[in-house]
Amino acid sequence: MTAEFSTFINIGERTNVTGSAMFKRLILNAEYEKALDVARQQVENGAQVIDINMDEAMLDSVEAMRTFLNLIASEPDISRVPIMIDSSKWEVIEAGLKCVQGKAIVNSISLKEGKEQFVRQATLIKRYGAATVVMAFDETGQADTKERKVEICQRSYKVLTEEVGFLPEDIIFDPNIFAVATGIDEHNNYAVDFIEATKIIRETCPYAHISGGLSNISFSFRGNNPVREAMHSVFLYHAIRAGMDMGIVNAGQLEVYDEIPEELRVAVEDVILNRKEDATERLLELAPKYQGDGKAAAVEDLSWREQPVTKRLEHALVKGITDFIIEDTEEARLEAERPLHVIEGPLMDGMNVVGDLFGEGKMFLPQVVKSARVMKKAVAHLQPYIEAEKSGESSSNGKILMATVKGDVHDIGKNIVGVVLQCNNFEVIDLGVMVPCATILQVAKEENVDMIGLSGLITPSLDEMVHVAKEMERLGFELPLLIGGATTSKAHTAVKIEQNYHAPVAYVPNASRAVGVCQKLISPESRKVFAAALSEDYEKVRAQHARKQPRSRPVTLEAARANAYQPDFSVAPVKPAKPGVTPVSADLATLRRYIDWTPFFLTWSLAGKYPRILKDEVVGEQAKALFEDANTMLDEIIADRSLEAKGVLGLFPANRVGDDIEIYTDDSRTAILGVSHHLRQQTLKDKFANYCLADFIAEKSSGIADYIGAFAVTGGIGEDALAATYQRKGDDYNAIMVKAVADRLAEAFAEYLHERVRKEFWGFAPDENLDNEALIREKYQGIRPAPGYAACPEHTEKQLIWDLLDAEAHTTMKLTESFAMWPGAAVSGWYFSHPESRYFAVAKIQRDQLEDYAQRKGWSIQEAEKWLAPNLSD
Amino acid sequence: MANNTQKNILRAAEKRILVLDGAMGTMIQEHKLEEQAYRGDAFANWHCDVKGNNDLLALTQPEIIYNIHCAYLEAGADIIETNTFNATTIAMADYDMEAQSKDINLAAAKLARKACDAYTAKTPDKPRYVAGVLGPTNRTASISPDVNDPGKRNVTFDELVVAYVESTEALLDGGADLILIETIFDTLNAKAAIFAVETVFDKRHARVPVMISGTITDASGRTLSGQTAEAFYYSMRHVTPVSIGLNCALGPDLLRQYVEEISNVAECLVSAHPNAGLPNEFGEYDMEAEEMAAHIKEWAESGLVNIVGGCCGSTPEHIRAMVDAVAGISPRKIPHFEPRMRLSGLEPFVH
Repeated sequence: MTAEFSTFINIGERTNVTGSAMFKRLILNAEYEKALDVARQQVENGAQVIDINMDEAMLDSVEAMRTFLNLIASEPDISRVPIMIDSSKWEVIEAGLKCVQGKAIVNSISLKEGKEQFVRQATLIKRYGAATVVMAFDETGQADTKERKVEICQRSYKVLTEEVGFLPEDIIFDPNIFAVATGIDEHNNYAVDFIEATKIIRETCPYAHISGGLSNISFSFRGNNPVREAMHSVFLYHAIRAGMDMGIVNAGQLEVYDEIPEELRVAVEDVILNRKEDATERLLELAPKYQGDGKAAAVEDLSWREQPVTKRLEHALVKGITDFIIEDTEEARLEAERPLHVIEGPLMDGMNVVGDLFGEGKMFLPQVVKSARVMKKAVAHLQPYIEAEKSGESSSNGKILMATVKGDVHDIGKNIVGVVLQCNNFEVIDLGVMVPCATILQVAKEENVDMIGLSGLITPSLDEMVHVAKEMERLGFELPLLIGGATTSKAHTAVKIEQNYHAPVAYVPNASRAVGVCQKLISPESRKVFAAALSEDYEKVRAQHARKQPRSRPVTLEAARANAYQPDFSVAPVKPAKPGVTPVSADLATLRRYIDWTPFFLTWSLAGKYPRILKDEVVGEQAKALFEDANTMLDEIIADRSLEAKGVLGLFPANRVGDDIEIYTDDSRTAILGVSHHLRQQTLKDKFANYCLADFIAEKSSGIADYIGAFAVTGGIGEDALAATYQRKGDDYNAIMVKAVADRLAEAFAEYLHERVRKEFWGFAPDENLDNEALIREKYQGIRPAPGYAACPEHTEKQLIWDLLDAEAHTTMKLTESFAMWPGAAVSGWYFSHPESRYFAVAKIQRDQLEDYAQRKGWSIQEAEKWLAPNLSD
Repeated sequence: MANNTQKNILRAAEKRILVLDGAMGTMIQEHKLEEQAYRGDAFANWHCDVKGNNDLLALTQPEIIYNIHCAYLEAGADIIETNTFNATTIAMADYDMEAQSKDINLAAAKLARKACDAYTAKTPDKPRYVAGVLGPTNRTASISPDVNDPGKRNVTFDELVVAYVESTEALLDGGADLILIETIFDTLNAKAAIFAVETVFDKRHARVPVMISGTITDASGRTLSGQTAEAFYYSMRHVTPVSIGLNCALGPDLLRQYVEEISNVAECLVSAHPNAGLPNEFGEYDMEAEEMAAHIKEWAESGLVNIVGGCCGSTPEHIRAMVDAVAGISPRKIPHFEPRMRLSGLEPFVH
């Protein structure tokens, strides 16, 4: 880019409650740790300044600003950059200024309330030692024309430099970016007004800066990202040349100026520069053509077919188009000296483009997986020719062995990482799921791999990963070890795994990080540097971890029990309409209506709530495409019955005894069918009880006849076979899609069955009438906690559910030695009917409860420590 | 806004390197004062121990403090620091002496004033200056006292401002020529001090020069609150200090690179008053005067500094050696830079 562009400051905007729904939710829920992650990501992604805004009616904004800035002060990887304290309220700004040791920027002040207040605030800002944004706003209103913008900024500049003694270089003018092409003629010149005003302000107010919020300009084209991005780029192109040198810009919403199609660029330029009377209409006419790149464009616009074959291959890879890949690959093969050269040349070049775009955040995960599908097809076509030539050597980046560890069946994330690595020319040996340590290490040796990647989703897998690391150490391995999966974390890797193995151990938080980590570990030179940085980083994490005490103080088990929750049992619990064990099936068409799609998008690293995500400015197009693909697959699965959903439930008489729930054979309550063991929260609670699931069941001594339910469902019978079919065809995208869809079906089944239980099988809420959104938000009476999750985190309790329900016989679902359910697309849990029952997290327990639980389960302390490890303080 | 002191100091600093005094605490220690001596008559019945409250000596043992000032002036110091390092209400709370804070600051400033005036009278061509010292206090506004609760603070910006306003008023009333905010390990504390000083200036319609001196705590090259030297300067620059520099924590050998870092960016005088080396296993500083002076001389010759002096462990002997060492060496020239927005987090950011 030009020199001007490199001196443009990009201000991070995600830590703004008015601009980011996610950040707002985190702050409203006081989830400050996660809110800090948002800030950290911005800095990691290159934000040079981070804007922090807490202007939200539901918040004590002063307190929120203070709390967040104080927390940031303790996070060196965030607080290394200057802070922009953003609020429309002076008291929030002032509270913020009192919390930052660095020199910050205030955003913003203006002449809106008159000169006196402006001078007073500016004087204080100077005294606090900050720069400031000044809005082009005065007593009569916000500046829209060039003349007004210039006039207000010049007046502000004069007051600030001459009366307040403000340093001119510490003044940042925001001359207001307004939407153009709105259909209202008066708006047509807004961009020109801004650009021209910028030029004059820069000339007449020496050393002052110009900033603005970019996304406003394209407001009228919401929903059409290609056009919006083009507008942003064109506007910036001209504004930067006029002197705009800072801005709140979403880098993901920016097309490279040079890469905007000529026709679109000219049309956008006509609008931005207000060059033609009918510019808006013409852009409106053109816009639909660019709406939704990818598929639609491919159908409409086949002009790329005119390009030379290498360019066509690149285009097909970047856009994920398989339609012409065989003929193009064949053409390239005929042109090439050797078939291998096609892979090493145009195909790898294309994949490198994909890798770069993904690395820069310009492509999203589902697109990359589609690219891999194209690549695999091309390679499959070339394979016979290469083998005929019998030249075995290939030049991969390196060989990586991947496996989901013993006892765990979850592999969606691992498969995605595998695909992304293959896209980047790594050879991946995927051993699948439930792979014993010995197999992993044996294959690693035989295949002479360059590193090993372990994945897992359930908590017992963490221990298995520790075991693998120890074995690698014992057997003298030198290979780097990669750790990933939903329950893994940097802290666990640092504290529990890395110390057991001398070679590099790297925690890989998501698929997009995998390539970077592997590349750094593969070359001996960078590996040294990277490994040193890693171990330093982990050392820090360990130190932090060692210092970290539970935020709330622990209490003894006795004290926690004394503070047990006591629900109102004055209304007798409802006796189940259909007691005992009942197998159930459900047709997929019904289950489909119960799907909660939000987690599905998360699986593909697309963050956002369904259905809003489909219209999201950044990922909307991708989300829509993904959603369509998932529904196409659902149509097929339903039509050809390639997946099957099966389930079983049971409703039993039960009473609480301490923290256990006794489950009886019949209403005489004499013979015990099984005992369900539960854990109690053990931190000091001021306003709440120390919850235990058993609290929601009437005590045996009370004489009240209470009941409990259990269920196990799967939406994934046949998923492995179906995924394998796709895999054989080289279609990783659909192989992953099968499992992602099956997962959703299992969750939908659990939702569907729970509804039937409430209305019909148990019947404690026969008149309930809730839509799917209300179901997802758990608006109903009662809960269905699942062993292995927060309220009942101990996995072995699933065995009791299996025994009570004879689940394997009814559904073919199995439990692994780590108590993972097979097939992976499965849900099991308990039903509690009490209206006051609620979800909670057991979190950390103490030694006394560990011993008590061991005794109740008939376990040794060691066994208890093993299964309760995630809940033990260490 | 008459600020002749600033002009005079800058004029003198154009010609030669100015010299600050050395350690106060080290000199007091040599008197081996006991509890009774600290109490004096005025606090004979004070309800808690006050031994170690060096600032209190301005009230109870004024001759000792006066004589120490004189010893440094005799050694050739141009600027004398008041014995008020811990005299804010916040730090005095350790001895339940918040109410005495004002009197201590006032008395300490008067003692230094008297000593300076006596020496200036002897050689009027070399005016001596009283630097009213604002110490860091024993609390931190941007660091949590509780590792388990990173958002917690044991002092607020507003509380610090109140305390610093009171100290500044008393120091100026007692005759301080300038204010020295020193041994800054948490920049936010110092920002509160600047805010307080500006508030007092505003009220009095008169400014005095402000010297700023931070502390790089270890080889990380950062303040305790995590800022680099350059970032620290950008956080302090708005008070338009007459000088910025570093003191304490490190000896001259280890401090040099950070003094250089500041020297490269500061648009004002640069000061440095390092410790006499690092403490040995008995907690004593044992870098000899000659050795320390040799370091300082090299800094002067390299054009890094305008004001030099000593911190912990230094004595009049060290200061005398320094005065000799820098005599005749031209001081650092204040550089001029194109105005740029100089922001900082923990690290500097210039745009």
